[in-house]
Amino acid sequence: MSASRHDAPAGTSPLPDPHLFLRRQTRWGMFEILFWLAALLPFWLFPTYLSLASQIAITALFAVSLDLILGYAGIISLGHAVFFGVGAYTTGILSARYGWGEPITGLLIGGAAAAVVGYVTSFVIVRVQHLALLMITLGLGFIAVEIANSAAWLTGGADGLQDVDTWPIFGYFKFDFYGYTAYAYSLAVLFIMFVISRRLVHSPFGLSLRGIRENAVRMPAVGAPSRRRLRKIYVISAAMAGVAGALLTQTTDFASLEVLGFQRSADVAIMLILGGTGQLYGAILGALIFLIARDQLSGMNPQYWYFWIGLLLMAVVLFLPSGILGGLRRLVPARWRSL
Amino acid sequence: MSEPALATRGLNKQFGSLAVAQSIDISLPRGARHALIGPNGAGKTTLINMMTGLLRPDSGRILLEGGDITALSPDARVKRGLVRTFQINTLFPHLTALESVTLAVCERRGEAGNWWKQLPTYGEAVDEAHQILSSLRLAEDCLRPTHALAYGQQRLLEIALALATRPKVLLLDEPAAGVPSSESAGLFEVIANLPDDISVLFIEHDMNIVFRFASRIIVLVGGAVLVEGPPDEISSDPRVREVYLGSSHHGAAPHG
Repeated sequence: MSASRHDAPAGTSPLPDPHLFLRRQTRWGMFEILFWLAALLPFWLFPTYLSLASQIAITALFAVSLDLILGYAGIISLGHAVFFGVGAYTTGILSARYGWGEPITGLLIGGAAAAVVGYVTSFVIVRVQHLALLMITLGLGFIAVEIANSAAWLTGGADGLQDVDTWPIFGYFKFDFYGYTAYAYSLAVLFIMFVISRRLVHSPFGLSLRGIRENAVRMPAVGAPSRRRLRKIYVISAAMAGVAGALLTQTTDFASLEVLGFQRSADVAIMLILGGTGQLYGAILGALIFLIARDQLSGMNPQYWYFWIGLLLMAVVLFLPSGILGGLRRLVPARWRSL
Repeated sequence: MSEPALATRGLNKQFGSLAVAQSIDISLPRGARHALIGPNGAGKTTLINMMTGLLRPDSGRILLEGGDITALSPDARVKRGLVRTFQINTLFPHLTALESVTLAVCERRGEAGNWWKQLPTYGEAVDEAHQILSSLRLAEDCLRPTHALAYGQQRLLEIALALATRPKVLLLDEPAAGVPSSESAGLFEVIANLPDDISVLFIEHDMNIVFRFASRIIVLVGGAVLVEGPPDEISSDPRVREVYLGSSHHGAAPHG
């Protein structure tokens, strides 16, 4: 394909092949395929933990959505749960107030509602950076909680949204008590959204996002309309977070103020940083570690489990700049890394 | 077709009480190799910032091939062909050189908004990026992250990023800043060999370089154009000598 790589003088080491390099980056590796196959194991190995497994899948999707803006585009946020919550409530209200419990359309409408909120807020978000950005996203989170709290006639307020009834998927697969359907459904949605995210980050658009993250000053100087790009990824990320929220409502038949709260925004940021930003799989790994740790540690000592999260977070930030996934990667021998 | 590639008309800019630009009228003809010189604080970078849209002038107009671009955003100016490089490396540290230039090529080709098609399918853009890097002798290191490149290579990457946009007018803000003087001539060789249809305005402090590579020199002092002319005229101009050498008259003329 490339003619330009043949102009190396004879005798010197061959010039690196740019096409090969890019193809390698986008190709599905062996570890990735193994990872997704392993995600099926809970059906057989831990059938009593399937509701935890679907929590993990949903939270992983939420973390992936944050990774798109934080890890790739460099937009830090302490209010990402706003979109998760808008998706959760929209889908819940659709079912509890309007009697529409069809899951797939519910998911799409929840995602669309979050995208609309994302679009409106994106105009503010792309104007600010650093501390101001943190404060704006934090503020949006507080506002969202209070709106949901005061609109009790619609959201159920502090009591939460009751009477959500999610219909069988495709009119056939009922949500069962053990959570087989819930996990299969959550995992399938996570996988689809992941494939979309994966394509996105390896596209020219994804490259330009990394450019904005790396140097916001240079991007206009190569002709890039940075703000428009940032708004676009912000809306995509919001939609994805909304889908994750909608999934939670559908698999638990419940939504409460907690879906929008600061705690959820902070937790997802912690997961992403633990797992490693800007790698997609880091988001999934972070959600996995965080939720399993919470499940195990809070069983032993419910009040103090954040002690361990705090310790882990500090250790990762200090010693593993690319997160736990980056640390694991270093353990893999170099010749296997490209598999 | 005597329309200048780039022209400014009466540009003014105040920072508080400090006038950093005073009715600046500059014309850069097509294919020019002009140098912009002046002592520190003369407003050279400020002028480039105004031309490229990072700074808004208080008054005055900027014309690119006769069209008024004063109100355009920086990225829209780049799309029209007015491109700059930076005095301090303004690169993408964790992207490889290839990714950086591919990014700029995709941007120019209007493909950078596509979020579904994968990068390897943009073979032409990748080839073009690679070819630009080869022409600047960066092909061998094009897969290394930018932050791992030698400083001189990073200066070349600055130029590569600008070339990827296919500029009509190229504004180079001290392209050889920080490069040892033994190597800076090589860097300017690259600039001198740019295609003739690119008009170049460069800021440079090394007078040897300026007199060797510039066909015309614009001297900026205190935010105003002091004098403009061909190198031999500038080197013998007493006002320029005064600015550069102070009022004492011993010492060499500013060319070596």
